[in-house]
Amino acid sequence: MTLEAVFDVVAAVCIAAGALLSLSAGIALIRFPDLMSRMHAATKPQTLGLLLVLLGCGLRLGAGPEVLTLLLIALFQLATAPVAAHMVGRAGYRDRRLRADLLIVDELAADADRIGREEDGRRSGERPPS
Amino acid sequence: MTVALVLVSVVFALAGALALVRIIRGPSILDRMVATDCLLAVVLAAVVAEAAYTRDATSLPVVVVLSVLGFTGSVAVSRFATRGRRRNEPEPPVKGRGDDS
Repeated sequence: MTLEAVFDVVAAVCIAAGALLSLSAGIALIRFPDLMSRMHAATKPQTLGLLLVLLGCGLRLGAGPEVLTLLLIALFQLATAPVAAHMVGRAGYRDRRLRADLLIVDELAADADRIGREEDGRRSGERPPS
Repeated sequence: MTVALVLVSVVFALAGALALVRIIRGPSILDRMVATDCLLAVVLAAVVAEAAYTRDATSLPVVVVLSVLGFTGSVAVSRFATRGRRRNEPEPPVKGRGDDS
């Protein structure tokens, strides 16, 4: 069994694992009850799944300039996926698109209430110069 | 290797179809956005898997561009979704409770 055959098998396993992570995210998107838990599930193919598939692709393509492209994709995905998820989560929290009865602890609630009261007080008090 | 291709294709197609169901049914625009991100990640992984099968890196720049587009789209939609509600309005009722699961 040559080294290339071993690499092919490892690549196939990596890509299959990435595909299964994608499938698990798809099932969870259907089954999970609210936005936050769906977000939790949707990040699996975005980071780990894509990284596994990229690793498999790198093993198949071998050394060369294509590896740099794969590395660029991986770095970009690792940098942008948390930012996008943060934006979506913040928007969801502000719109109350979460099931409070499913939360064990809501660490943001106290601060969100305080900021809301401060802004309400400012709004009902003197009008700021526009 | 062809067996692996068929299996992986079926799994990717199933994952994409499930994400598509959530895009169609999702009660809010943010649910649709999360499902769209997930669908985009599945498409990215499928394109990379195709490049791995054919040992041909021609389609890899497509993955870079799709990843950029997904990020900007997700950020833009979430900014758009929070705009418009004033702070001292009564809070909207909790959405996303009325569906199946």
